[in-house]
Amino acid sequence: MRIQIDSDKCQGHNRCYALAPELFDVDDYGSALVLNDGIVPAGLEDKARLAIANCPEFAIFEAD
Amino acid sequence: MSDTIPQVPHDPEASMYGPVTDWTTDFDHADPDYNRHAHEIWADLRETCPVAHTDRYGGTWLPVTHADVTRIAYDTEHFTSRSVVVSTAEQLAEAPIGGAPPITSDPPFHHHARRLLLPPFAPKQIDPWEDDVRSLCHELIDAMLEGMSDGVADDPDAGLTIDAAVQYAQHIPVNVIARMLGFPLEDADLFRGFVHDVLEGVNHDPAVRIAAFERLDAYLDVQIQDHVDNPRDDLTSFLMHSTIFDQPLSHEHVRGSIVLLLIAGIDTTWSAIGSSIWHLAGTPSDVQRLHAEPELWPTAIEEFLRAYAPVTMARMVAQDHDFNGCPMKKDEWVLLPFPAANLDPAEFERADEVLIDREVNRHAAFGLGIHRCLGSNLARLELRIAVETFVERFPEFELADPAAVRWSVGQIRGPRELPIKVLRRA
Repeated sequence: MRIQIDSDKCQGHNRCYALAPELFDVDDYGSALVLNDGIVPAGLEDKARLAIANCPEFAIFEAD
Repeated sequence: MSDTIPQVPHDPEASMYGPVTDWTTDFDHADPDYNRHAHEIWADLRETCPVAHTDRYGGTWLPVTHADVTRIAYDTEHFTSRSVVVSTAEQLAEAPIGGAPPITSDPPFHHHARRLLLPPFAPKQIDPWEDDVRSLCHELIDAMLEGMSDGVADDPDAGLTIDAAVQYAQHIPVNVIARMLGFPLEDADLFRGFVHDVLEGVNHDPAVRIAAFERLDAYLDVQIQDHVDNPRDDLTSFLMHSTIFDQPLSHEHVRGSIVLLLIAGIDTTWSAIGSSIWHLAGTPSDVQRLHAEPELWPTAIEEFLRAYAPVTMARMVAQDHDFNGCPMKKDEWVLLPFPAANLDPAEFERADEVLIDREVNRHAAFGLGIHRCLGSNLARLELRIAVETFVERFPEFELADPAAVRWSVGQIRGPRELPIKVLRRA
């Protein structure tokens, strides 16, 4: 599973970083970044889906 | 707009518009019944009139569905942010900067004014405040107990009634923002007065309202001058030394951004803390569950933010246009009730229930789009620590008198008086 962030949509709500710090980081402006090129380590898929489902701006998505 | 305002009543602190006659055609968000019965009013409008209109304030629209609130929040072309508090007196500063940048700014200027303020409120700058906020919460509770009659503080079984809004919640954001801005902590009452004037005195005589803004500006001019005379490392100095387009910020920009930071963080966070405690006081099963499963706290806090989102924003119509069949006219107001959006059953399952283990919770408590609450990381931190600490120190509590709870008026919704009977102390 691989996840991506649409940086035009991210407004820095910080929900993903709070829910899954193993998968996301935030920059100096509070905008979200994916760790590990967005590749989700085995076992963390549910956390990734939870982050996707909680983003108020629909900025996180599963890459093909 | 002043030609549409009815005759000034004798009491300058009284509403200019009488009681509400009908919540679909004559609503008034500053009528005390609005916040008291907000959830019922929104649910009723959602069924009968999802975009209500009133002639009050020169014309105001009230959309209540998640879809409409979202659409307006993202549409910066048809809706301007130059004034975000519906009132008898629009802030005088012009777009695109507005009176309190960046909340009152429109694109493209907005981006630059906001980018300036994002770093000091980013998670990694805010997280280190956690210990200070927790100490503050404990100190407030210690002070409450010390203020009780002899022996009560030391006797955990002695009956105790406290006001969780007046003695606890209201002090937390005021103290934190005063420290961040480098303002005297003893001016806390003054700050709450400014906030009250700006956010609750919205239906007063415009002259009274403008005088209140002038008092706030005059106070901030003194504080800014004090930072010139006594330089120190805080948010006020940070703004004074910031640049935009390679130029120092104008005095009006610095002062306007301080207005934003001072006004936006106080009533809002106070309200969220108070509403969460109000909920828990009426729902002992949730308190018991949080004692048993403390890992639920972050999820519970997001649910309190959804169900009791304190903030309704506002926009002004930027140009005449049709919105879902509603003929919106330039310079009319539009309320953006994010709390109503959060309760829309079209968006949330079991929307009218508070489920502290709601894992999927795409709520809009901090707004949506480019104006997402700049202070959301700080607000969340204060909310979580304040409610956790309250529950830790007072493991069992209930409303002392449900009828005595007094709710705020205006766009920020939360309890302003919240008498709590403490049943057990830790």
